[in-house]
Amino acid sequence: MVSTKNSFGIMAMAAIVVAVAVLLNPFSTSASLGGDVASIEADRAKMQATLETTSKDLYTIHEIHVPNNVVVREFVSQSGSVFAVAWQGAARPDLRQLLGTYFDSFAKASQAKKSQRAGRGPLVIEQAGLVVEMSGHARSFLGRAYDPRTVPAGVPAAEIR
Amino acid sequence: MRTKRSREFPVTAILVFVVALVGIWISGCSSSGSPATTTTSTPTPVTTPTSNVQSISVTTGPAVASGRLAINSAFTSVTVCVPGSATQCQTISGILVDTGSSGLRVLSSALTVSLPQQTGSGGNPIAECGEFIDSETWGPVQTADISLAGEKASSVPIQVIGSSGFSVPTSCSDLGPVQDDLATLGMNGILGVGNFVQDCGEGCAESGASNVGLYYACPSSGCVVTSEGLAEQVSNPVASFATDNNGVVVELPAVSGTETSVTGSLVFGIGTQSNNGLGSATVYTLNPDTAAFTTTFKGQTLTDASFLDTGSNAIYFLDSASTGLPTCTDLNFWYCPSSTQSFSAVTQGANGATATINFSIANADSLTSNTNDGVAAGLGGPGPGLFDWGLPFFYGRTVYTAIEGTSTPGGDGPYWAY
Repeated sequence: MVSTKNSFGIMAMAAIVVAVAVLLNPFSTSASLGGDVASIEADRAKMQATLETTSKDLYTIHEIHVPNNVVVREFVSQSGSVFAVAWQGAARPDLRQLLGTYFDSFAKASQAKKSQRAGRGPLVIEQAGLVVEMSGHARSFLGRAYDPRTVPAGVPAAEIR
Repeated sequence: MRTKRSREFPVTAILVFVVALVGIWISGCSSSGSPATTTTSTPTPVTTPTSNVQSISVTTGPAVASGRLAINSAFTSVTVCVPGSATQCQTISGILVDTGSSGLRVLSSALTVSLPQQTGSGGNPIAECGEFIDSETWGPVQTADISLAGEKASSVPIQVIGSSGFSVPTSCSDLGPVQDDLATLGMNGILGVGNFVQDCGEGCAESGASNVGLYYACPSSGCVVTSEGLAEQVSNPVASFATDNNGVVVELPAVSGTETSVTGSLVFGIGTQSNNGLGSATVYTLNPDTAAFTTTFKGQTLTDASFLDTGSNAIYFLDSASTGLPTCTDLNFWYCPSSTQSFSAVTQGANGATATINFSIANADSLTSNTNDGVAAGLGGPGPGLFDWGLPFFYGRTVYTAIEGTSTPGGDGPYWAY
């Protein structure tokens, strides 16, 4: 039996491999949250999706429509970095792709949720440098992730949907 | 086929009536003492209704020894058999009753019978990355006969979670935390009796980028996403019953505060027998793609972002900013108001029917402090962007979950009624 701990150990190793690969490849555009606009195009290409852009006062929303009925919204600041991602649809998107360098923090925190009394409901992770919320039910999932330190001043978290 | 079943009760009733009349007529004849001729009547089988009541218990659950105490989790026992076999069977307890998902999932550590593995094209085993509200389940798709009360679903695809020989592919664990043993899942399995027939539906039968991507073909080189036909997907066993197959009724007693445990019923069928009629319940129809309806709370309307779910163990709604409820310092997935707060929300079906729901949220630290308690009305927590009416909603109610594509005396599924 493969325990969750083992799978995350494997994932940690995989993350190191990916990180090394990123360092070796100057043209790599992996990582969305915390990444630049080019990383959105990498996400779109990987998901074989279409992209729609909406400009707001303080940021731009890049909305990725995946053919499998999943919508991913990436929020880009005026300085050009992705400060938040949100998703909604028939399944959760690849969070390693979407959370980029934040994924390992997310994976670790989602394991720490376990306690003697456990919730069987939405997953909410609130750290100084990462907020992740995921919820939903069969065929209808939603969630978002952002780094509170990089959300532009004047943008309420409620706008990240 | 399923759509006709809801009319069986009246037909059966008429048959019983006719048989009774014939019986009276025959006995009348014989009492007249006609000589010589002997009437030989072929015994007419009198149809007795199928037993359709499955007992459920809300307790601290099967994972206490593994360090997990369930709260507001309704458990039941399920009998699985190798398809067609009456002897290679096993009854598994500690299975969560979940109206928020579809299909039976069992931990491999709890399964002792050897079920046939489903294979896809090329004879490769099929496995699934099952998606839940906060986690994934990973494991092979196998086939079983499933018995609940007097009902039986034959040759239904189920998921076996955490099976050796099926290591979790990163494409599954990249969707969220994988729960694949008793300590992480907190139960021996999940009985999904929700509004959908299949757990994924058409989205998983698509190919390429259109595939939702929950099913995998697993050659020895490793598991890769595959398209999976509807009939092969992990499916709600109720939809495969011969009778009482248009939905379920969950009945739980009213609870105030905490209890060690409570017992209730999972009744199969809606309006198919004398014990599962809609009575005075109102039908709330759903978005057929998402099995969701609408809840309005404090001026916020959560359109198609609200659902009833016995598998959620609290009322999970919005966030601290919207509700004014602080989360607990140690358990941030629950609310911890200093005193119990009363609220009101309005649920609305796609058909426009509305209901005002009054509910209270109490301090979760206090509610869960006694480790013997498996029941806590008033347990609530944040559910960003949605309104998830978990098991506390079901206390003191009779709630009907109608399956998509079926007909009932209250109209076609999918719907909820209460």
